[in-house]
Amino acid sequence: MKMNTDHQSKTKRLLMHLGSLVIIASGFSLMQCSDDTQKVTNFNTIVMQDEFNTSGAPNPATWNYNIGTGQNGWGNSELQYYTDRSKNVTVQNGYLIITAEKESFNGSAYTSARLLTKGKFEQQYGRFEARMRLPWGQGLWPAFWMLGADIDTNPWPAAGEIDIMEFRGQNPSVVLGTVHGPGYSAGESVSKSYTLKNGRFDTEFHVFGIEWGPEYVNFYVDNVLYNQITPADVKGEWVFNKPFFILINLAVGGNFVGAPNSETVFPQTLLVDYVRVYK
Amino acid sequence: MKNMRTNTKTLAILFGIMSTFIVGCQRNLSDEVEFAKYPNTPGVFIDGFVGGLQYFPFAGSKLNAFTVDTETRYAGTASMRIDVPNVGDASGAYAGAIFPDAGGRDLSDFDALTFWAKATQAGTINEIGFGNDFGENKYMVTLANMRINTTWTKYTIPIPDPFLLTFEKGMFWYAEGPEGGNGYTFWIDELKFEKLGTVAQPRPAIQNGEDQVVSSFIGVNTTLTGLTQTFNLASGQNQTVTVAPSYFTFTSSNVDVARVNEKGVVSVVGAGTAKITALLGGVRAKGSLTIQSLGQFTPAPVPNRPAANVISVFSNAYTNVPVDFYNGFFAPFQTTLGGADLNINGDNIIQYTNLNFVATEFKNPTINVSQMTHFHVDIQIRETIDPADFITIELGDFGPNGAFGGGDDKSGNVKFLSASLSSNQWISLDIPLANFTGLTNRSNLAQIFFISADGTSNNTPTISTILVDNMYFYK
Repeated sequence: MKMNTDHQSKTKRLLMHLGSLVIIASGFSLMQCSDDTQKVTNFNTIVMQDEFNTSGAPNPATWNYNIGTGQNGWGNSELQYYTDRSKNVTVQNGYLIITAEKESFNGSAYTSARLLTKGKFEQQYGRFEARMRLPWGQGLWPAFWMLGADIDTNPWPAAGEIDIMEFRGQNPSVVLGTVHGPGYSAGESVSKSYTLKNGRFDTEFHVFGIEWGPEYVNFYVDNVLYNQITPADVKGEWVFNKPFFILINLAVGGNFVGAPNSETVFPQTLLVDYVRVYK
Repeated sequence: MKNMRTNTKTLAILFGIMSTFIVGCQRNLSDEVEFAKYPNTPGVFIDGFVGGLQYFPFAGSKLNAFTVDTETRYAGTASMRIDVPNVGDASGAYAGAIFPDAGGRDLSDFDALTFWAKATQAGTINEIGFGNDFGENKYMVTLANMRINTTWTKYTIPIPDPFLLTFEKGMFWYAEGPEGGNGYTFWIDELKFEKLGTVAQPRPAIQNGEDQVVSSFIGVNTTLTGLTQTFNLASGQNQTVTVAPSYFTFTSSNVDVARVNEKGVVSVVGAGTAKITALLGGVRAKGSLTIQSLGQFTPAPVPNRPAANVISVFSNAYTNVPVDFYNGFFAPFQTTLGGADLNINGDNIIQYTNLNFVATEFKNPTINVSQMTHFHVDIQIRETIDPADFITIELGDFGPNGAFGGGDDKSGNVKFLSASLSSNQWISLDIPLANFTGLTNRSNLAQIFFISADGTSNNTPTISTILVDNMYFYK
């Protein structure tokens, strides 16, 4: 019985925190079937978490907003106008809700929101994860991602970008994890997709995360580690050795997804159950 | 990737231990409990019929259109081959059949019927689906106009609400006619029910997703139409299927005005307004039907002229001549909707809405009214009469050639101005045929027009909703 309880709690932790290789490794030893010798850094001290348990605007101590259309649709020909109105971003019932609306607003055909922790929370290395339910339909482009905190003085792509999760609404079972840096940005970025078997990202919550240490970034979805990127994988300088900040946004249209079509249903919502960062 | 594999394996082992533990704690059901269980077999046709499947072609179809093909197949050793006949093929006009499992199956664990298909040419299969059992077809699902081409493609027909399909006999059906007069062949393989887990974002609809409003009377039955379910598939494509009414739960906002049964038949029982809405699988269907019941219907006066003196076009009191249509749509100018759609306690009534002009046509054959003296019609105008309102009745004769055009057509009309009209009561008109100036030939009559827009109203309709009954000629 002790054995069972032990397994249960481990499984539960695995499901709750998801992606902790330490637990999996201990599972291996218990099962006496480990043949995995990969070395893994251990991030289990929580340093930032937003569980979105307070209704209203997101906590201003953590979150800023990008407003407007940026330059050329935030560099991607995106179609939305970002606002901080509660219509586009709010916390309700334990979730951060980012809503993309189809409406004429300041010259754009859509509105949505983009949150970022720039100047409020920045960290080098650690485990960064969010539990989210994604929107659906042609032209929807939600993302959970990071930029180098020195981006104002060290412009993109030199500042570096880690896309923990990107998603095309027209591919409801596929997410992508990507890094961009000097010499390997945009079309040259280092990327890998993960396809959910017999499931979709818009019908239930999933955990998207990275484990980021010196000279590696591991990408995982739920309990599945699906990629590791190291300096050997990039065609340029490894810039992931300094603090980064977090962004969460829901774009409409843009080069990555194409425009919505007549079958795209609006409004669309990106729900975030939590954002947690460990060191 | 190595990690991915081992992680999954570890989890599976952990879950195995966990579920054993949980199951061990469960209280058993008593021996008295019995559930009716039907097999949940997924396969329909893999390399042959799975289970007790049967082949029943539709009457009038090419009876041997379906064969098992061991040469052309997507996978395994055989596929279903369907030969669509040419137009004029003596063996049948089309290919169509149902494939029932008489024992029934429990499909509630699946979310779609899937198959691979290809054809000898690009085509559009008229109807394909499941739930057709030559019985009640209670849970029939139809994918209409399925495009097919010459490469093997996987198709997904979603189950509108799997929860309902605990005992389903209709495993598969299709109906397809020639393409441009020519027959062709298509193949279906790996036909099975699946739990894809990616059939999502249900968006049911009734009345094709529109909020429709109709005026009606006590005693009128109206059947809901445009019943669909739409899912977003793993491909990102939205797939819409036509579904049987029994998948829906219908609701009337006022059961003292209108009631709706599980077949989607709306019965008007009182005066007032009732809105019919629906749920499918707990999801609110887009679209509604609002009944504005005008209460008791007063029928038009029953004609009492001897049948021997009458040639009737539309009346329940007489035998009517063959009519081609009660609303021939003349695009793009005609706006008029409706026709002989109302049946009020057994009395057929024509209702026209959005009237500007409309024709009833009877040219197969035309009728000879040269021995008749009058045209009779009962009209009820379902709105207030404005001073500029009018109704013009026009008769058209196709002449000796019996067809529209050809230089021998004659017509004449009689205009009734507002002073001679009244609203919401029957107006019985008995018009001497001599008053239809210009109708110099009456032996090949083929058309009766109602017109509420002309040059005097800048072609703007003056009266939009009328009821019509008892159109006949007499002497």
